[in-house]
Amino acid sequence: MANMAQAIRMALHYAETNYELKDIFGQDVGAPLGGVFTATQGLKTTWNSTLDERGIIGMAMGIAMAGDRCVAEIQFADYIFNTIDLLKIAGNTLWCTNGQYNLPMTVMTPVGAGIRGSVYHSHSFDAWASRLAGWKVVMPSNPLDAYGLLLSCIKDPNPCLFLKPKALMRVRGEELIPGEPTDEKELKNMIDAPIGDRSKWKAKWPEVSEYLVPFGKGKITRAGDQITVVSYGRHLLLCNEVADQLKTEGYSVEVVDLRSIYPYDWSLIKTSVEKTGRVIFVNEDTEVTNFGEHLAYRVVQELFYHLLARPQVIAGKNVPGIGLHPHLEDASVPQKHDIEKAIREVCAEVP
Amino acid sequence: MMMSIQKKSTHGSDNFSGLAKSILMDMYKYMVKSRVLEERLIKIYRAGESFFWIGGPGEEAWGVPLGMLAKKGQGPKYDYLHLHYRCSPTLVAMGLDMLSSVRLMMNRSTDRSTGGRNFSNHFCIPEWNIAPVTSPLEVQYPIACGTAHVQKRTKGSQAITIVTGGDAGTAEGDFASSLILASRKNQELPMLITVQNNKWGISTHYEGQHGETFIADRAKAFNIKSQVINANDPVESYIAIQESMDYIRKTGKPAFIEAMVSRLYGHSSASGANPIADEIDPVKEFERRLIKADLLSLSDAKNIWEEYEREGIKAAEQARTEPVPQAESIWDHTYADNENADWRKF
Repeated sequence: MANMAQAIRMALHYAETNYELKDIFGQDVGAPLGGVFTATQGLKTTWNSTLDERGIIGMAMGIAMAGDRCVAEIQFADYIFNTIDLLKIAGNTLWCTNGQYNLPMTVMTPVGAGIRGSVYHSHSFDAWASRLAGWKVVMPSNPLDAYGLLLSCIKDPNPCLFLKPKALMRVRGEELIPGEPTDEKELKNMIDAPIGDRSKWKAKWPEVSEYLVPFGKGKITRAGDQITVVSYGRHLLLCNEVADQLKTEGYSVEVVDLRSIYPYDWSLIKTSVEKTGRVIFVNEDTEVTNFGEHLAYRVVQELFYHLLARPQVIAGKNVPGIGLHPHLEDASVPQKHDIEKAIREVCAEVP
Repeated sequence: MMMSIQKKSTHGSDNFSGLAKSILMDMYKYMVKSRVLEERLIKIYRAGESFFWIGGPGEEAWGVPLGMLAKKGQGPKYDYLHLHYRCSPTLVAMGLDMLSSVRLMMNRSTDRSTGGRNFSNHFCIPEWNIAPVTSPLEVQYPIACGTAHVQKRTKGSQAITIVTGGDAGTAEGDFASSLILASRKNQELPMLITVQNNKWGISTHYEGQHGETFIADRAKAFNIKSQVINANDPVESYIAIQESMDYIRKTGKPAFIEAMVSRLYGHSSASGANPIADEIDPVKEFERRLIKADLLSLSDAKNIWEEYEREGIKAAEQARTEPVPQAESIWDHTYADNENADWRKF
C-alpha cells in the first residue's frame, strides 16, 4: 500500500503522462532531492526554483496564463504567507477579467503539526485558504484521496490548493491506487529513489490509471447516529480513532471526511446532522475565524431546529506559534483526548 | 505589428536616427491620440462620471514605440505584455480604440477588459496577450517570468515577454525576483524588463528612496544587458526598444531598459490630476521637432488633435448610453465556466 508521498508522486506522474502537466517546481523539488518529503522524486518535469516563494507563485501564474498546466510547491505552508497577495490575485484574475483569463495552476504545500516541527514547520493554512475566493482547496487524509484530489486539482481550469498533511506523508492507506502493485516493497523498488548516488536512477512507474475525487464531495469514514464529527487531513484519522474507541462504550459517532474545503460538501454534513442532531468540527488551524466556525455558523442557521446540542469547534489555540517541546505542541493543537472530551460533552448535553 | 528600421533618411538637420517618415508620423499620431484619450478620461472623472482616474500622460514617447514594436497576437508565439496602469500609449499603438478605454473608465458592462469591475487603464486583452493590469505594484514582474518560461520552450517562435512598471515599485521584492529568475545561467528567459522612471511614487520623490545611481544598474549585477534612455524622445525609445527586442529574440536572453519619462498630471485623480508645468511634454516636444523638420504642418497637427478630440467625445457619448454591471453578476466568473461559487448554494 502506497504512502501519501508515493501517492502524490504517482499522481504527478499520471498527470505528466496524461494531462500535459509541464512543470512541477519549487525549492528542492527537482533532482537530486525530489522534495523534502520525497513526493516529487523521479518525475520528468520537475525543476528546482530559486528560494523565493513569491517568485514560485508568480511564475506559476504566468505559466498558467500562457495556457500550460503546472504544479508549484511551497516547501512548507509556514512560508506561503509572504505570497498571500499573489494567491489573492491568482484567485481573482478570472473574476477581474470578466471571465477572460483562467489560471489552471495547482499549488501544493505541507501543512499542520505532528512532526515536532516547531514554530515554522507546523502552521496550518486551511482557514486562511478558505478566504481565498476563486481557489479550490482540498486536504486529503489518506493516500488514495491524495491521488484522486491531486489529479482533480491538476485537471481543473481554476487555481487549486492542495494541502498536504505533513504528518501523514509516510502513512499508508487501506485502499490501493488503481494500478498500484499490491506489494509495498515492489512499489518502493520501482519509485523510491535510492539512498546515495541517484544520478543514474530512473523510476519505473506502475501502470496507474485515472482516479478522481471530485471537489465538494466528502466521505463518511465511520457511520453512526448519535453525533457527527466533521474533519479533514491529519485530524480525520484522530477522529476515526476516537470514534472506534468510544464505540466500545456504546457511543455511535459518525465521522465525515470533508476532503474538499472549498467547495465543501454541505449536503453530506446536512444529512448527517439532521440524523444525529449533534455535531463537532475538528481541525488544527487556529480557533478564531476558523473554517469550522463557518460550518458551525451554517449549521446553526440552517439546521437549528434539528439540533439537540450546541455545535462545537475543536481547533488550534489562538497562539502565535506552535512551540517545539511536546508539551507546547500538544497544548496548542487538538489531541485525541480533546476530541473525546468534546464528543462526550456534546452527547451529554440535553436540550 | 513588427516594424523595422528602414533606409536611413534625413529630414533637414534632424535625421531622427534614420527612422522613416511613415514611422515618425505613426508615432506622432498615436502619441496625440493617447494624450487626447487620457485628457478625455480626466474630463470624464471631473464631470463626475467615473470614480477614479489613473493613467499615463507623459509616457507617450516610451509607450507608443513599445506598442508599435510588439509582436501582436494571442498565445506563446506572440509577445506577452505585462503592463501597469500608465500604459495606454502602448495599447493605442497596438490598435486600442478610445471607446474601449472610456468604457473601462465609466465602468460599463461593455468594458472589454473587466466588464466594469476595475479602475481606468486596468486593461486585459487576451487576443493581444495583454495580461491583466493589477493595482498591486510589481506583481507583474514574477508573473511575466512565467509567460517567458513557456515561450522559451515554444518551438518555432522568437516571441518575448515584456514587462513594465514604475520606479517606485522597484523597491518591492518582486522586482528583484524577476531579475533573478530571468537571468539564471543557462535558463535565461526571453524578457524585456523595463522600468518607467518618472522620479515619483505618488508624493515621494526618487531621490529620497534610492541609493543606486540608476535602477538599470541593478540589472547589470545579474549580467542582464541594460541601458538608460531618455524616453521623452520617441525616436530614442524606438531605437532602444528595437535593438533590445532583436537581442532578446536572437539570444533568448533578457534585456533591461530604464526609461526616463515625465508624469504630466500627477499620480492620479487622488492627487488632483492637474497639469504639472515643469515636466517635459514629450508630445509637444516631438510635434515641434516634426514641424521644424518640415514633416508636419501646423494645420495638419491641429487637424490631428481635433480628429482625436472628436473621437473622444463620441466615445464618451456612446459609453454613456451603455449598460452597467448588475448586482446579480457578482458571482459570475469566480470559477471557470461559471461553476457555482456561492456556498449558500452548495
